[in-house]
Amino acid sequence: MTEVVNVDVKLGVDKFHVDEENPHIIIKPNPDMAEFKKLMIACPAGLYKLQEDGSIRFDYAGCLECGTCKILCGNTILEKWEFPRGTFGVEYRYG
Amino acid sequence: MSEDAFDAIIVGAGLAGCSAAYVLAKAGANVLVIERGNYAGSKNMTGGRLYGHSLEKIIPDFASHAPVERRVTKEKISFLTDDSGVTLDYHGVSDKTAPQQSYNVLRGKFDQWFMEQTEEQGAQFISGIRVDKILTENGKVIGVEADGDALEANVVILADGVTSILAEQLGMLKPRVEAGATAVCVKELIELPKNQLEDRFNLTENEGVAWLFAGMPSNGLMGGGFLYTNESSISLGLVCGLAHIESATKTVPQMMEDFKNHPVIKPLIAGGKMVEYSAHVVPEAGINMMPQLIKDGVLLTGDAAGLCMNLGFNVRGMDLAIASGEAAAQAVLTAKQNNDFSAAGLASYQTLLDDSFIIKDMKLYKNAPAFMENPRIFNQYPKMVADIMHDMFTIDGSPSKPIRQTIMKHCKEVGYMNLLKDGIKGVTAI
Repeated sequence: MTEVVNVDVKLGVDKFHVDEENPHIIIKPNPDMAEFKKLMIACPAGLYKLQEDGSIRFDYAGCLECGTCKILCGNTILEKWEFPRGTFGVEYRYG
Repeated sequence: MSEDAFDAIIVGAGLAGCSAAYVLAKAGANVLVIERGNYAGSKNMTGGRLYGHSLEKIIPDFASHAPVERRVTKEKISFLTDDSGVTLDYHGVSDKTAPQQSYNVLRGKFDQWFMEQTEEQGAQFISGIRVDKILTENGKVIGVEADGDALEANVVILADGVTSILAEQLGMLKPRVEAGATAVCVKELIELPKNQLEDRFNLTENEGVAWLFAGMPSNGLMGGGFLYTNESSISLGLVCGLAHIESATKTVPQMMEDFKNHPVIKPLIAGGKMVEYSAHVVPEAGINMMPQLIKDGVLLTGDAAGLCMNLGFNVRGMDLAIASGEAAAQAVLTAKQNNDFSAAGLASYQTLLDDSFIIKDMKLYKNAPAFMENPRIFNQYPKMVADIMHDMFTIDGSPSKPIRQTIMKHCKEVGYMNLLKDGIKGVTAI
């Protein structure tokens, strides 16, 4: 029954207005990996990734603005968490 | 305060914000709603069910002209293991009065409609503008700063959702919103032709299903799955507690994928087209998580105020948001009459909430969040029920055992004492 999820395909159907100049979430350099792992599990958009070489990758472009990472790690490994500027970010057509 | 200051500025055009603005504007107050998304509802999502009573109070008979998807007439609760499910099915033929009805809704449409009604009452609305800061003077809130502009108001009503950065700036949140007090909700919207959907769920015109799933969907963590029927789509999703998320054996998106592929779910969505994937944090700790709701010149409403209840068999937030918006508006109108917008002048907000179903219900169910933390609820009990069913309905020619023994065997796996303890705790928590 298990099929490995491809979150990028799901994000592909959503509508985004990405603010290319202003990331609204920034991770601290060299984050605590135990904290980072929480975000790898919890982020509904799967934006917190561990690459094969052991380095981390995060891309705010597919952010659903759900607030999960702020709740879990806002005080630990996130340097910045704010809402995208007005008009930018995800736009729910159905919600 | 300048002459052209607003009576109230409302941050966020969700249900709390729209309700507050509607009631204020209808009473003739000068009110501005500021929304960071491009339209009301563009940043909002819900599992899918609105209990109508609180909106019915503000806009009687709203459902006859609002874009509700379906009226809920079927309630289902399933206990899922990895590959089986036991379902309770209740079909209530409608003897419900209008305030007792509930509806499947989609917020993108619904909130836009609500904002239109609000503008018709005379409220001003600007979208696509993010409020960056709350302006204060001598500790009193006097307005907001958005896009570099200062806008003044006697009162600011924060209706900016569970991650209210503005309430945090004002130091109104308890230490901060704790992971243990919240859950994450993910949802897929799956399109199906209307007649196919009605056939599949055994619905007649405009009837809808509200279906909750315990067990497998949230990977044994606090939470569960949900399925709501819209006019021609299905809202399928799950809620997963964040308290022990590090102990999950799979990611949240994977939980969603496995839920979709569960044998109970898969045929229900077969042939459907996924048209949106959405997610949001849900405040779930009830009364224990409530922040400070009132300060000089500012009120907190809806999710920003932590107004949400999860009782397992129902999850409520939207009806609380609407009622809190209305209460906030009434408090501002009282403050306006007395020309006192201090915390003392706005204190009737607390009284209105205390006297309403909001605080009464949240107090009544104050032990429910702690009870839900019990992992047996989401692991062992669904399995126990499914195993009993499995044995009852399996005939393979080997000599049968008395049903009583079959049931007792599976109860023993969980432990009689645990069953007794959880039974008593559960009954007293709800």
